Amino acid sequence: MPATARPLSPFTSIYRWQIQMVTSIVHRLTGIALAFGTILLVIALLALATGPQAYAEVRAFCGSWIGTILLVGWTWALAFHLLNGIRHLLQDIGWGYLPAQFVRNGWLVSIGSLLLAGVVWACVIAQGGGA
Amino acid sequence: MSKSQSKLLRTPLKNAVGLGTAKYGVHHFMVQRITAVALALLGIWFIWLALKMVHLDYPAAHALIAQPLNAVLMLAFVVAVFWHAQLGLQVVVEDYVTTPGLALVIQIAIKFLCFLGAAASVLAVIRITLGH
Repeated sequence: MPATARPLSPFTSIYRWQIQMVTSIVHRLTGIALAFGTILLVIALLALATGPQAYAEVRAFCGSWIGTILLVGWTWALAFHLLNGIRHLLQDIGWGYLPAQFVRNGWLVSIGSLLLAGVVWACVIAQGGGA
Repeated sequence: MSKSQSKLLRTPLKNAVGLGTAKYGVHHFMVQRITAVALALLGIWFIWLALKMVHLDYPAAHALIAQPLNAVLMLAFVVAVFWHAQLGLQVVVEDYVTTPGLALVIQIAIKFLCFLGAAASVLAVIRITLGH
């Protein structure tokens, strides 16, 4: 750390909260959450490779209340990171940079992620609930 | 450096201008986007697969992953996931961990863990496909 306090660039404590900064922050947070969530995918694959007993234990964990909460959270995180990631890719090719556009597609992505996660869990429930 | 520079009466900028870039500056950016495109496509398949697997018992779930197409796509998915995760977590650590030694340790740990995660997943998929 420098000995004297230097001026810092404005950060979240100074900016007014707005949709484009929220989607950016949430994109990072969901990315970190998904990196940890992938541990469950690795465990599920290893259990499937190990045998019925190990796989039954993973299914039991996914069906428990804490497993269900984690899965619902990761479903929404995946939905948001997927949709907002596509938005970022489109921005990378120069699309949607006008303020009106990125405010609109920021809300589209946010509401769309809730809808996508909702549809996925509606499919799960329609099939007969959790594990 | 500064001594030889002053002898040549050239600024460091003069030595670099006109040489062009090494073309590697955007490598991280590009790989993160390429794995993102892969994951956007594979993510749709993964959601479909996960929904299908929810109510399958062990033999049926095992048989589903063992299908060649699903096995190949799962291999691609786990490799792309851990590659993309490493690149993303790297940027987060670069942005928020300001202690150089700690940042280095975390960066190496992330790389090791992401490789181990990918290797374990690949081994599991191979075992599901070829084993039992």
